[in-house]
Amino acid sequence: MHFKSLKIYNLKLEKDIILKAENISKQYRLGQVGTGTLAHDLNRWWHQIRGKENPYLKIGDTNDRSKKGTSDYVWALQDINFEVQRGEVLGIIGKNGAGKSTLLKLLSKVTAPTTGSIKSGGRIASLLEVGTGFNPELTGRENIFLNGAILGMTKKEIASKLNEIIEFSGCERYVDTPVKRYSSGMTVRLAFAVAAFLEPEILVVDEVLAVGDAEFQKKAIGKMQDISKTGGRTVLFVSHNMAAVKSLCTRGIVLENGKVKFDGDVDQALDNYLSINESTDSFILFDEKTVRSGSRNLEFISLEIRNQNNVLCQEFSIGDDLVISFKLQNNTKEVKSEVGIQIKSADELPIFHIMGRDSNFEINHNSFQEEYTVNLKDLRLYPGIYTITVISCTTTGHQIFDNIENALSFQIMDGGKYTFRNLPRSVGLFFLNPEWQKS
Amino acid sequence: MNNNSNNWLFEITPKNKFFSLNLKEVWQYRDLLFLFVKRDVITVYKQTVLGPLWYLIQPLFTAVTFTIIFNNVAGINTGAVPPFLFNLAGITVWNYFTACLNGTSDTFKANAAIFGKVYFPRIITPLSVVISNLIKFGIQFSIFIAFYCYFYIQGYDLSLNGWVLLFPVLIVIMGILGLGLGMLISSMVTKYRDFSNLITFGIQLLMYLSAVMYPMELIKEKLPKFGWLVEYNPLAYIIQTSRYMLLSVGEISIAGLLYTLLFTILAFFVGLLIFNKTEKSFIDTV
Repeated sequence: MHFKSLKIYNLKLEKDIILKAENISKQYRLGQVGTGTLAHDLNRWWHQIRGKENPYLKIGDTNDRSKKGTSDYVWALQDINFEVQRGEVLGIIGKNGAGKSTLLKLLSKVTAPTTGSIKSGGRIASLLEVGTGFNPELTGRENIFLNGAILGMTKKEIASKLNEIIEFSGCERYVDTPVKRYSSGMTVRLAFAVAAFLEPEILVVDEVLAVGDAEFQKKAIGKMQDISKTGGRTVLFVSHNMAAVKSLCTRGIVLENGKVKFDGDVDQALDNYLSINESTDSFILFDEKTVRSGSRNLEFISLEIRNQNNVLCQEFSIGDDLVISFKLQNNTKEVKSEVGIQIKSADELPIFHIMGRDSNFEINHNSFQEEYTVNLKDLRLYPGIYTITVISCTTTGHQIFDNIENALSFQIMDGGKYTFRNLPRSVGLFFLNPEWQKS
Repeated sequence: MNNNSNNWLFEITPKNKFFSLNLKEVWQYRDLLFLFVKRDVITVYKQTVLGPLWYLIQPLFTAVTFTIIFNNVAGINTGAVPPFLFNLAGITVWNYFTACLNGTSDTFKANAAIFGKVYFPRIITPLSVVISNLIKFGIQFSIFIAFYCYFYIQGYDLSLNGWVLLFPVLIVIMGILGLGLGMLISSMVTKYRDFSNLITFGIQLLMYLSAVMYPMELIKEKLPKFGWLVEYNPLAYIIQTSRYMLLSVGEISIAGLLYTLLFTILAFFVGLLIFNKTEKSFIDTV
């Protein structure tokens, strides 16, 4: 009997969807706003009374900044569908311009979608760039009330939380001082505290943790975990901080050019995000578009990765060889140099950093262009996406010649010659098969 | 899930209905309205020495100037009422209107930052302007009462009449008119910035057409050709009527008041309509 009721409860939990986005799209008009819109408005209206579709909804490019579009209209978001369950912490990740902010604006009712609908089973409060609701002339206490009311709390609710808010913000001493005398960090603390204690069913958090010191960031992340775990409330978290997303979120949505590219487990989402962020090739020729730093006395011309069969390849299994080759161009006739190769995981965690000297290999230059190969034998990394960063510098490391972050990425697949067991990244990073014996 | 679909608290959809004033939502945010009013009143004169005295200085000096120019130099006759009191009554009422119009007409522009971040019923903002200006009006009106008593003691022939009981209604009508026109203008300003330039000198010109510093009959008498300009101005009726209520000068025109009322209702609903339309998408055009 007891067991049965538990099962029903579980079933209910599974279906407890608090937020549902159906086919939402948002179109923006590019260029000068306010000129020529009257003509478009009239045309739209003329189509409408004849019962035809809005002529400007058909046109419009996907939102890719780098390409010049053919139309004046652009889709910042296109056919976004997702559901969020009560108590879930959903991370929304994507490059700049992928549509994250637009999505948040739609969710917080700041602007209306062009098509589609968002259904919500609870109050949505946004903790966007904090401090916007703050009046510099008012004291901290007055601002708590004002900001709380802007976020939809009643005076009574705020009054009952006042002490907690002040305590969490750590601004007790300054609470009766005008906010204009506050440091930016204090303002953020106060604003975050107001929103965190607001108790909305859905809390939208946008890149606020960038401000504030490490201690406060920890406190804020802890509070957000608290909100979802013990409060049973839902958090939508938008951030470029992959480590924060990873530690906070259970699920991730990856946006690319206004579309949902991936929706699922947060680790896979991070991998997916990285795969759009980085080149998906196993070979790259660096050119003027490459993001790099350094004096360029020596510069990388190309980079490629191959497997043990000498085939250009991006997907590896545990136990495979990873062969990294790069071409160097000697622009200033350097005699000696050093090259470093760094491997990082999807959440930007550095895994290892190899240098020639570690293997007693000296890089001596005698021609304009030279090619080097580094064979990482018997790769033991867990399944996931990893990136390769290359650095060229003087042998002492004092001067950086060329530094290309995340130049290529590769993926370790499940399975391989050692194991068929499932190896999630959440449990480990290195696969070892040591000797076992019973003694 | 079929179960769940009925339980949505709200839905965000593309185009709003042709007309929507969600009074329930405004009521939910009444504390915000109150706090906005409080903020406006507190912060205006922070870091000033004279503080709220500024509320009084402006109408007093204007009334003195008007009395010198229009009554002493130009010789406008105000009958049994002292010219200073005549002008002060007009200016106090007129000030409330301009404060409402000015304050609400840049709602979207002035609040773009906060409107771009959080949602609350946008109408709260202009509404708070109208209410906080009502407090300012109350302070300015008290100085009018003080001078009224002073002149009464001095032996001037000042008589109240029963109409004065309707004076608060007149002020509310004026506030609503200012709100309606302000919402209309603020919506236009988001798309065409030209309107914000128009408004500053437009209000000044409008003052001369609103019988603030002269009795309404005078313009009909002296400029019969342009008298209609004043006659079709609902504000002139409000000023004229308020002066009749407070000082028993001039005349009261029921037809004119009905016209004003109708105009106000129309202005309010058109303003609200445009405001509603703008608030959903202005963040994309501002």
